[in-house]
Amino acid sequence: MPKLNLNREPMPRQEPKVRARNFDEVALGYSAEQAMAESSRCIQCPKRPCTGGCPVSVDIPEFIKALRENDMPGAVKALKRKNALPGICGRVCPQESQCEAVCTLQKQHAPVAIGRLERFVADWERSNPESSESPAIEPPSGKNVAVVGSGPSSLTASADLAKMGHKVTIFEALHVPGGVLVYGIPQFRLPKEIVQNEVNYVTSLGVDLKLDSVIGRIETVDELLGNGYNAVFLGTGAGLPMFLGCPGENLGGIYSANEFLTRTNLMKAYLFPKYVTPIKVGKKVAVIGGGNVAMDSARCALRLGAEEVSIIYRRSKTEMPARHEEVENAEEEGILFKFLTNPISFTGNEKGSVKAMECNEMELGEPDASGRRRPVPKKGSEFTMDVDTVVVALGTTPNPLIASTTEGLKTTSHGTLVADEVTGKTVKDRVWAGGDIVTGAATVISAMGAGKRAAASIDAFIRGK
Amino acid sequence: MYKILLRQDLVPNIHLFKIEAPAVARKAQAGQFIIVRVDEKGERIPLTIADWNAKEGSVSVVFMEVGATTRQLASLGAGDMIADFVGPLGLPTHVEDFGTVAMVAGGVGVAVITPIARAMKQKGNRVISIMGARSKNLIFWEEELRSASDQLIVVTDDGSYMRKALVTEPLKELLLGPEKISRVVAIGPTMMMKFSALTSQPFGVKTIVSLNPIMVDGTGMCGCCRVSVGGQTKFACVDGPDFDGHQVDWDLLLNRQRVYLDEEKLSVEAWQKELAAARPA
Repeated sequence: MPKLNLNREPMPRQEPKVRARNFDEVALGYSAEQAMAESSRCIQCPKRPCTGGCPVSVDIPEFIKALRENDMPGAVKALKRKNALPGICGRVCPQESQCEAVCTLQKQHAPVAIGRLERFVADWERSNPESSESPAIEPPSGKNVAVVGSGPSSLTASADLAKMGHKVTIFEALHVPGGVLVYGIPQFRLPKEIVQNEVNYVTSLGVDLKLDSVIGRIETVDELLGNGYNAVFLGTGAGLPMFLGCPGENLGGIYSANEFLTRTNLMKAYLFPKYVTPIKVGKKVAVIGGGNVAMDSARCALRLGAEEVSIIYRRSKTEMPARHEEVENAEEEGILFKFLTNPISFTGNEKGSVKAMECNEMELGEPDASGRRRPVPKKGSEFTMDVDTVVVALGTTPNPLIASTTEGLKTTSHGTLVADEVTGKTVKDRVWAGGDIVTGAATVISAMGAGKRAAASIDAFIRGK
Repeated sequence: MYKILLRQDLVPNIHLFKIEAPAVARKAQAGQFIIVRVDEKGERIPLTIADWNAKEGSVSVVFMEVGATTRQLASLGAGDMIADFVGPLGLPTHVEDFGTVAMVAGGVGVAVITPIARAMKQKGNRVISIMGARSKNLIFWEEELRSASDQLIVVTDDGSYMRKALVTEPLKELLLGPEKISRVVAIGPTMMMKFSALTSQPFGVKTIVSLNPIMVDGTGMCGCCRVSVGGQTKFACVDGPDFDGHQVDWDLLLNRQRVYLDEEKLSVEAWQKELAAARPA
């Protein structure tokens, strides 16, 4: 038996000092040599735990095998059999807690860098479009499915349903498809050209895309069901920002992360005034929260010219929900972290813009419902920080528009839709849902898994199985 | 892409565009708004719906040239296309038979209030409308609003047309007068709405205002349009745009409207440069 190679190929990245001032992609991708070296580390074990660790069950050993045999079209085919969005997943999936976490080589702490290889294969296909094969599409079923939203769950459901022979129409509220992939995740982590390319793949399967269409306003779900759609999939995400609810929070210069990222990414405010949407970033920026969205906001603020950007998080580093890699990237770029700190109020200048933030120091008490230790304020620990821009990244909940304009859907106390955990079927006839609208804000890949399962369930329903 | 079917210059810097948008026209109701993006590099701005025609598949908006986007929009005409036209958004104005309602309008608010006045009248209200402008040359839709109302009072700040007064003066007289005013609807510049609300407050007559904060998506996603009403934070795009004017924190709204004044200047300059460059030498 050949000796195990435990040297994971590192991902080439832009230098921290350079990348902290541009919006170009941070991770540069493997060279062909690196991809070959990394793919040959896979031992092609018969148990294939990686596929089981993937929410959309990508045939990982197959695509890696083709890759290392230099059969690139074969690698693309194996990869896209289960995953319509590999260029996106290769960049933003938390592989360290999914496929790579269960890789046999993980026992030696050197799992195969599956995500980086996935990205390599997807990028190869994008630069070699002539070699890509169209997937097999079932004969037309004559059935219509409306998909609401165009984020990861919707795109996955649409691609699968189209391949099953159904006529799919996506209704997207914004002027660009992709949902959180285009308004939320920044260019330097997920270039928008990649998203557009993968959306193009989905539409190439025969999926219609209607932009500027706010379902609930321009048409309701019930109207869709009455207007010839056999089934509806709701993948509208969790788009409603949460705020702290503390005094001064509506001062100028205080943004929700959604607004800050939407202006920056979707509206391209980093190219202002060439692009008309402005954004205001001061010298001292505070980002409240400890998730990936907080990291994205902080790193955008730095690239927009801030001198000092601090992440303010009420628990300690251990409890931070952000991906380890993103925290590391942020640290390298010079983002400051203030742990065990919680804002209690904001004060403004004569123009009504924020100038200072009063905070409490916190300490960790007993574990709360999330299993993390609950932060409690330390008595007499109040202190004031000078800030001129604040980004509130405390999380999001589903937009109530769909639930409030549709008869017979059921929501939880968190505003999420009640749907079957496996199939995504809601309590309403002919309506399925998946992604953040059901789970609350989660990952791209878990939303894709939900889209995939819902597509299978919708297919079975409309075929009367 | 959405086609401009008709352009009317109502006054020198206020224009009406009739846009081809059949799906929006089918659903539009008085008081709702749409989001416009002129082209690929454009920003998203909200414009309140002034009129619609479901049969024709058209929606009309009225806007004043203020910043880069509205100036760019004003450079277009019939037959031109705009990139995006999203709606109808927001909640429609609450219309029922209140009795006698006073409608107060200024600036582009005159266009926005007209379909509301019409709907109020149809519901059985007696509608008394007050429209104001700085000067005679800024008056438009006088006949439209008159025919949507039972009575119309026109005022100008400088007295160059009809009565010289601010809209709050006839409003106060109405509230002091013998006829019971059951509701006030005030739509126009923020200052006008603020002072209309302050005028009616001592009389305890509920006053609805249509707020116009800065928006981005217009669907509840960004929170840019947050306003404080009765001490609670609301999103004007989904909880409004109509609110109880007596509960609105007007200073907060005015502050938030001014956040991008510096950037607005820069983008107007950039737009003028682009115009100059496009002009043949």
